[in-house]
Amino acid sequence: MNASIIDAATYTELQESAGADFVAELVDTFLEETPALLDELRSARRLGDADGFRRAAHSIKSNSQTFGALALGALARDIELQGLHPDMAVDLHAIAALQAAYADAAAALKELRDV
Amino acid sequence: MSERGARLLVADDNKVNRLLLARSLEQQGHRVALAENGRIALDMLRQALHSDAFDLLLLDIEMPELDGFGVLEQLKADRALRGLPVIVTSCVEGLANIVRCIELGAEDYLPKPVNAVLLRARINAGLEKKRLRDQQQELVRRFATAEVAQDMAQSGFALGGRRVQASVMFSDIRGFTSMVEQQSPEETIELLNTYYILMFDAINSHGGVVNQMVGDGLMAVFGAPLALADPCGCAVRAALEMSESVALFNADRQAEGKPPLKVGIGIATGDVVAGYTGTQQRATYTCIGDTVNLAARLEAYTKQVQRMILIDAATHAALSPRVRTDALGPVQLKGKAGPVDVFAVDR
Repeated sequence: MNASIIDAATYTELQESAGADFVAELVDTFLEETPALLDELRSARRLGDADGFRRAAHSIKSNSQTFGALALGALARDIELQGLHPDMAVDLHAIAALQAAYADAAAALKELRDV
Repeated sequence: MSERGARLLVADDNKVNRLLLARSLEQQGHRVALAENGRIALDMLRQALHSDAFDLLLLDIEMPELDGFGVLEQLKADRALRGLPVIVTSCVEGLANIVRCIELGAEDYLPKPVNAVLLRARINAGLEKKRLRDQQQELVRRFATAEVAQDMAQSGFALGGRRVQASVMFSDIRGFTSMVEQQSPEETIELLNTYYILMFDAINSHGGVVNQMVGDGLMAVFGAPLALADPCGCAVRAALEMSESVALFNADRQAEGKPPLKVGIGIATGDVVAGYTGTQQRATYTCIGDTVNLAARLEAYTKQVQRMILIDAATHAALSPRVRTDALGPVQLKGKAGPVDVFAVDR
C-alpha cells in the first residue's frame, strides 16, 4: 500500500486510543458518509452554494485526517481553502481527483479494517 | 458529577468526529450526548438546565443551520448558560477563527484530529474551572440573593448605586419583643425560621428581593436589581400572600395553643438608589432614598391603625382597581415634612 494513502502511524495511534473494534466501525461510518459528502460537494458546486461547498470539503478533510488519509485530506483541504472557482471546470476536475483519492483511501481502509 | 463522570455534549455535524469524540470521552468515564448542529445543541443545553444540566460543551465550528460561532454568541447572551465551559474542537483554517472563538468565550481550542491525551487534560481543566466558578456562585448565592448574585455575575461587583424606580417593602412582627420574653430562645429561632421561609417564599415568588433581615424585620425591594414590569402590583400581591401565609401559620399555632403572630407591612414606590454599599471586602446590596424611609414609616404606622398592609399614593395609583383598598386620608408620619396619603390594602 502506498504510504501516502493511509499514514500507518496515525491509523495505529487511532486504534490504540479508541480500540481496534471501534475503529473498524468508524471505518464503516467513513465509508458510508464520504460518498454522500462527495455528492454534497458536487451539488453545492452545481448550485453555486459556496458555504455548502466549503463545508463538504471541510468534512472530508476532517475525516481524512482522523484516519491518516493524507492524499485525500490534502486535496479536500485545497478545495476548502480555494472555495468555488469562477471556472466550474476547475472545480469539477478537483472533485474528480478527490473522488479518485477517496477510492484509493476506501480500498486501503477496508484492507486495514479486515486485517 | 465526579462519581458518574461529567455530563458532556458534543456538537459536530460530522458523524465520524461525533462517534470518535464520544468514544474518547466515554473511555474517560464521562456521560456523552450528541448534537449534529448548533441549533440542536442549544436546544439540548437549554432543556437539560431543568434536570440533568451539561457540565461542558465540545463544539465544532463548521456546522449547518447554526455554526459554532453562532452557538458561542448565543451562549454568551444567555444568563443561564454563560458559565458553561466550551472547548472548540475544529480544524477550521486560519488563526483569525481561533482568536474569534476565544473572544466569544470559548475556554479552549483543540485542533482536529483531537489527541486523546490533550483532550483529557483540557476537559479536566475546563471542568475544574467550572467547579470553582459554581462554588463561588454558590457562596454568593448563600450570602446574597439569587437576583443579586445574577446581577453581580452580569455587571460585576462595583460599589456605588444607580437610580431606579422600585417598590420598597418593610415588614415585621408585632409584639415580637414580648413574645421573645415568654418563650425559650430555641422556640424563637424556630419561629423566626418558619416565618422567614414563608415570607421569603411569598416575596421571591412575586419577583421581590429580600435585602435585609434584622431580628423579626425585613426589607424587600421589587424592581431592583432586576427591573419588573409592575413593581407595585408585585409588591402588593406579595404582601397579600404574606398575609395569607401568616393566617395559615397562625391556624397551626392556635392548634398548639400558641398566640398568633401579627405582622405589619408597609410599601412605598418611587426613585431609589440601588447598589452595593460597604467596602471592597464586605458589602451589601441595598436601596437608599426617601421611598425607603416612607416604606419604613408606613410599616411602623400599621401598629397605630391596626391594619396589616399600608401603601403610599404612588403604589396605590399603579394598582389594578381589583385590589381592594381603603383610603386613610392624609396622615402626618414621623420624619415627614408634610402629610402623605395612606391606603390600607384589604385581603
